[in-house]
Amino acid sequence: MLHAIDGINLKIFKKKTLGVVGESGCGKSTLGRVILRLIDSTGGDIFFNGERITHINKTRLRQMRKRMQLIFQDPYSSIDPRMTVAESISEYMEINRTFHTKSEIVSRTEELMDMVGLSTRFIDSYPHELDGGRRQRIGIARALSVNPEFIVCDEPVSSLDVSIQAQILNLLMDLQDNLGLTYMFITHDLSVVKHISDEIMVMYLGHCVELAKSNELFAHPLHPYSKALLESIPVPDVSMRNKKIDVIRGEISSPINPQPGCRFFPRCQFANEKCRGKDIPLREIEGGHYVACTLFD
Amino acid sequence: MNDELLILKDLEVVYKTDFETVHAVNKINLTIHKGKTLGIVGETGAGKTTTALSILRLLPHTAKYKTGSIFFNDEDLIALPEREMLGIRGDKIAMIFQDPMTSLNPIMTVGSQIAEAILLHNSDMNSQDVQNKVDEVLRLVGISPDRKNDYPHQLSGGMKQRIVIAMALVCEPELLIADEPTTALDVTIQAQVLAMMRDLRDRLGTAMIMITHNLGIVAQICDDVAVMYAGEIIESGTMEEIFSGQNHHPYTTGLFGSLPDLSSLRSRLSPISGLMPDPTNLPEGCSFSPRCPKVMEICYTEKPKEYCFGTHCIKCHLFGS
Amino acid sequence: MDHKDQQKNQQMHVKQNKWHETWRRLKKNKTAILGLVILIVFVLVAIFADVIAPYDKGIKMDSKNRFANPSFQNLFGTDAYGRDVFTRVIHGTRYSLSIGFFATILSMIFGIPLGAISGYYGGKVDNIIMRLVDILTSIPAIMLSLVVVTVFGASLVNLIIAIFIARIPADVRVVRSAVITLVDQQYIEASRSGGARDLHIIIRHILPNAVGTIIVQSTMNVGQLIIRASGLSFLGLGVPTPAPEWGTLLSEAREYLRSAPHMMIFPGVALILVALSINLLGDGLRDALDPKLKS
Repeated sequence: MLHAIDGINLKIFKKKTLGVVGESGCGKSTLGRVILRLIDSTGGDIFFNGERITHINKTRLRQMRKRMQLIFQDPYSSIDPRMTVAESISEYMEINRTFHTKSEIVSRTEELMDMVGLSTRFIDSYPHELDGGRRQRIGIARALSVNPEFIVCDEPVSSLDVSIQAQILNLLMDLQDNLGLTYMFITHDLSVVKHISDEIMVMYLGHCVELAKSNELFAHPLHPYSKALLESIPVPDVSMRNKKIDVIRGEISSPINPQPGCRFFPRCQFANEKCRGKDIPLREIEGGHYVACTLFD
Repeated sequence: MNDELLILKDLEVVYKTDFETVHAVNKINLTIHKGKTLGIVGETGAGKTTTALSILRLLPHTAKYKTGSIFFNDEDLIALPEREMLGIRGDKIAMIFQDPMTSLNPIMTVGSQIAEAILLHNSDMNSQDVQNKVDEVLRLVGISPDRKNDYPHQLSGGMKQRIVIAMALVCEPELLIADEPTTALDVTIQAQVLAMMRDLRDRLGTAMIMITHNLGIVAQICDDVAVMYAGEIIESGTMEEIFSGQNHHPYTTGLFGSLPDLSSLRSRLSPISGLMPDPTNLPEGCSFSPRCPKVMEICYTEKPKEYCFGTHCIKCHLFGS
Repeated sequence: MDHKDQQKNQQMHVKQNKWHETWRRLKKNKTAILGLVILIVFVLVAIFADVIAPYDKGIKMDSKNRFANPSFQNLFGTDAYGRDVFTRVIHGTRYSLSIGFFATILSMIFGIPLGAISGYYGGKVDNIIMRLVDILTSIPAIMLSLVVVTVFGASLVNLIIAIFIARIPADVRVVRSAVITLVDQQYIEASRSGGARDLHIIIRHILPNAVGTIIVQSTMNVGQLIIRASGLSFLGLGVPTPAPEWGTLLSEAREYLRSAPHMMIFPGVALILVALSINLLGDGLRDALDPKLKS
């Protein structure tokens, strides 16, 4: 049995951003989709605005879909190549019959394009005529078209060039300020998540290993994996060049039928017998900073 | 003593199709010294991969070398007959690519692929010696020799990339060209692979061209840097000059400014507005002029010359005086 | 006002572009154009058959003029009953083309929804549909037609029915595999996250993206259907005499191959030309629609 995510407890506050960080196999993408009910969970509950949405019926789910949206990682496969920009952006409006007349749809589409910084001259263009950054803006406009309160951003800038990444990140932050959006920002790139998150959750093989306010995590990472993750980021600074990096050894182990206990055990330099046998719970060390590690028992 | 291993002189490469001509590489000049690492930095479409492929003459048939020469140990590679080029590829100059999954043959064991690389350039080696060399090279990249009978799909991304690096280094080439070798890897694995590459490079004395869009990687492993934009090298110099020097091309400044800085508080980033120009329709004058925050009148009409301060060269009108 | 008109123009311009692109690529392919031209000629012949060669001449028997060689009066000669072969071949065009056209369309009407549902839902539904399709495939087309003709009698309509039923499995399979490759695309997930129901996804995303494959596959098989129809008529299972279906003509000509070869040559060549032209066109269409071939 493949354990994608196990025992995750989290809270996201209105108008705030939770960054979810981790490498391949940590389950962060699965987490985002489970929350949006695009994948079904096998245990536990999800509450949205106080309402339990784990087992609601299809009609109610469709209504909920308008309040929570997803921005995808790959701007090349998340947009139908046969639809124009206008058709892609207005698709949700059509599905939900938000407007009655064609002109209302068109003007709302133009409004959305302005909001995401996409020139209206592209309104009838096809995706293959546009670059990655513009395509990603189409995806963002589409997500905004239903006026959601909550958006899961699944690695939205990973496929983009550095200078375009910065443009899109700024856009997302501006939209959050202007529209009062709540974000879950999923990424493997720690440097990107720092700017946009209020809180950050570090995941490893389906478990949450650390949860803290953004600045606090970067200033005082506690879990050995979080520390290793931070140290692995190549810093564009010449003075750091010859500093010996403590590179963590080994590979990420398999999520299939894992042993009970800390999943980082095989690679951890502080591993000891306490780490195996039973799962390590997330414990609050100081105000709002949680860690799942026997070092802090 | 001449320690110039590879010199690109006024290299110009275009792709010609029925409809248009793509100006991929526009008269670039580069020098790589023995044992040193040059980082070529730039975004998608800057021409970095075309430059790399043109050194090894691995470009598709639509590509043409318009002008310029590529001197490797004083021999012009462009003029070399294909037969002799075969002796250079893999043996004197090796290349590794971004995606390890497509670089390895899925139906051959990794051991036999490394052995193939050895035999291509040492056809007279007996099989026991070949196997010993395979084991040696696997240990060199941090993989246990008992994995040599595994197939690529049984290995993780990081391990596959190590195999690819092992295959590239097995004949101890003088120059290794690495095209975004760690981009597809997780960040902790990337750190491992980079540390290994740095270690190997130091031990074997291989010169390296590291192509990447990640300035952090450049800082970790490169000695010299060249910044590419729209097929041109707009700034080049040593690591110190590019990362901490005073003068910079506005694009370089913009690139550094777009980076999310780990040490600052939550704030907006300062990206460069706009996009890289269409390589089939480059602007007159300086290619960066449409996006440059410091653009002047002359930038729209005249292509800037290269201005050098010692080893630090910048192609920008701001420095012409 | 101006902005809206401009937008409309832009919209039309852009939409036209896709077909324009395809047409331009098609034009470059000389053999495909040759196929298209030949096909158009046959279509025109079918439409104006009465004008070119009045029907009676093909039915009227003339015992004094049997087995006549091609001449100015009888361009393709006459057959065993003195009927003008030219007229019969010309009118035979109508049968072949209409069978090809209707059988293809009917097969698509059943095949596309079945293939789409099978590919989209997978699982049990897929299993059931594919097993039914397998059953249909395992019955040889000849047997199927025999059953239809025996039970319902020989006629043009029944011939079409027999042909298209035998074709359905192939269309289902083609559509199903096209759909399977599309189902994992992220834009499908995106649509679902916006609240789309399955029907919307199938109609709005899956079918438009699969349409290229479907058109090409179907076009290329029209030729095969026409030949199969003629084959059935040849065996006497098709349209009853005196209808001048090419297969029937070929059947009648069998006995007299040595003495009056013209009876077989002309309908045979016509059949080959139609099938060939459709295949050439189909090949060209496939190459033109496939953007990956763009150099």
